[in-house]
Amino acid sequence: MLDDKDRIFTNVYGFQPWGIDAAVKRGDWDGTKALMAKGQDNIVEEIKASGLRGRGGAGFPTGLKWSFMPKESKDGRPSFLVINADESEPGSCKDREIMRHDPQKLIEGALIAGYAMRARAAYIYIRGEFIREAENLFAAVQQAYDKGFIGKNACGSGYDFDVFVHRGAGAYICGEETALLESLEGKKGQPRLKPPFPAGAGLYGCPTTVNNVESIAVVPTILRRGPAWFAGIGREGNQGTKLFQISGHVETPCVVEEAMSIPFRELIEKHAGGITGGWDNLLAVIPGGSSVPLVPAAEIMDAPMDFDGLKELGSGLGTAAVIVMDKSTDIVRAISRISYFYKHESCGQCTPCREGTGWMWRMMERLREGKADISDIDMLHEVTKQVEGHTICALGDAAAWPIQGLIRHFRPELERRIREYAGENEVLEAAE
Amino acid sequence: MTILPDDKLAQSSTDTALENAAIRERWGNFAWTEENAAKATEIIARYPEGRQASAVMPLLDLAQRQVGAETKTQGWLPMPVIEFVAAQIGMPYMRAYEVATFYTMYNIVPVGRFHVQLCGTTPCMLRGSDDVMAACKNKGLVKGKTTPDGLFTLTEVECLGACANAPMVQINDDNFEDLDYDSMTDILEKLANDEPVTPGPQIDRQTSCPEGGPTTLKEMAQ
Repeated sequence: MLDDKDRIFTNVYGFQPWGIDAAVKRGDWDGTKALMAKGQDNIVEEIKASGLRGRGGAGFPTGLKWSFMPKESKDGRPSFLVINADESEPGSCKDREIMRHDPQKLIEGALIAGYAMRARAAYIYIRGEFIREAENLFAAVQQAYDKGFIGKNACGSGYDFDVFVHRGAGAYICGEETALLESLEGKKGQPRLKPPFPAGAGLYGCPTTVNNVESIAVVPTILRRGPAWFAGIGREGNQGTKLFQISGHVETPCVVEEAMSIPFRELIEKHAGGITGGWDNLLAVIPGGSSVPLVPAAEIMDAPMDFDGLKELGSGLGTAAVIVMDKSTDIVRAISRISYFYKHESCGQCTPCREGTGWMWRMMERLREGKADISDIDMLHEVTKQVEGHTICALGDAAAWPIQGLIRHFRPELERRIREYAGENEVLEAAE
Repeated sequence: MTILPDDKLAQSSTDTALENAAIRERWGNFAWTEENAAKATEIIARYPEGRQASAVMPLLDLAQRQVGAETKTQGWLPMPVIEFVAAQIGMPYMRAYEVATFYTMYNIVPVGRFHVQLCGTTPCMLRGSDDVMAACKNKGLVKGKTTPDGLFTLTEVECLGACANAPMVQINDDNFEDLDYDSMTDILEKLANDEPVTPGPQIDRQTSCPEGGPTTLKEMAQ
């Protein structure tokens, strides 16, 4: 288990005030000027050395991403840092805790990251439904301006840097980085084709890096304590601490910061009070938010919770949103509800996703009742393969994977329902 | 799909025309209140020169809130109001309308005084959002509709990002978390009687901390 002294988010539950004075007491904004004085390239190198991988789901190395930004503007275009706070993946609720209880970590991280990538300003795109969280964030940004931590000559560093907050209005797809940029420009949130990648032409056509809230908020602490400290936690290639969000059938659901690579069993026992009805009652786990395939109980119990460990199980760490399902779960309904989510959130731009998500959901609803033919299972699997990889963004993939996971691990259950339904109907017909 | 006979079609389009005329009559002169005019100026200034279109989302939200304040509801966006916002930032009406219809938080029909947004996505479903829905139904709320007294609108929404506190609803600007049938019923009754309600977890618990007390950083909780 991670020691308290190694926890970055010391106010994750909001037991202490979120305001800037309390945040400074907790160690935020301590010697920020000196951190910036390390120099832009050194900061990027230290983040690379820390092994920090993006916390928004894809796990791309953060330092490497920053290094794609231009070192000087040849045509006068400014660069931007955009922070993705559009936390909408079912199961995920970590950025919310950072923004409402520890917002200064995010703002300080924005300044340092923005400085390292030579950005002129940061836009924080927060999902519209986080109304109280946005109120805290707006106020926190104002407090940082009032203290001179951001704005002109931020922290006395000689660097000018602005932070703006932009509220979304209810669209999961805006968590996709190019859809987020479209939305920020005042359009429908429909993803762009890549290339050009945002580092070349992003917000307003200017070089832009989009990072998750947690990725940015851990940066000041990494620089203060040194990359070796961060890299010393977790397994090789999966270093650092991580906010885990445990929901579903556990005794005490919670958000908690833990070491990467913590075994699933330890995570649940230490923080979530165990599985409802005991470990024998565990059915399956969705370990990284709704878009990753589920993992059956036997495989996940002692698996390390990190990017590579879960990839080996055919799933993924995603945002570390751990959705636990015990044996009382109607597993087909649980996945079908996720299919409905993707049908609802498809932006409608690409045909395979727009039509496919609806089709897959309707088929899932039939399978839920067993009102289908055995061959429909293969057809559904085939359709998920036609959607996957054939759309501009990953929403099509995200809609396909949970169903593929269900078919991979619970095919007998699907077939049982079909036979049961067919059997019942035969009896009815015979009775008539 | 039902296909309306020609005379019904004609009737329905007359109804729409009359409705539209009434909406224009009511909202055609929409303008910011003094306070909101200042807010609108501040919002537009957040974006670079020539990029005022970026302000369309916060401005539509502001407009919806103003409509809400004027109608004592949670507000909606009548066509003339969208036109007003589009004109302010020099954006074609259709572009602003696209935005208003794309994002779920903009109401394109009127809603009640309390907008109950119930999360039914898997993490909430696993912890009993069906019971919360049943509590709403038994209090006369119907999914997608406003109660006849104009008090409650019930919408089933997709994940609101409070999964460690499931099941939950958002009512107006506040989250109500860790609900069950009884606590949801209680909240609806209190709201209907104009009694105060407490947002956040409805069980003995600090935000997303494990029930029974923190397992980490215990000294921070003192």
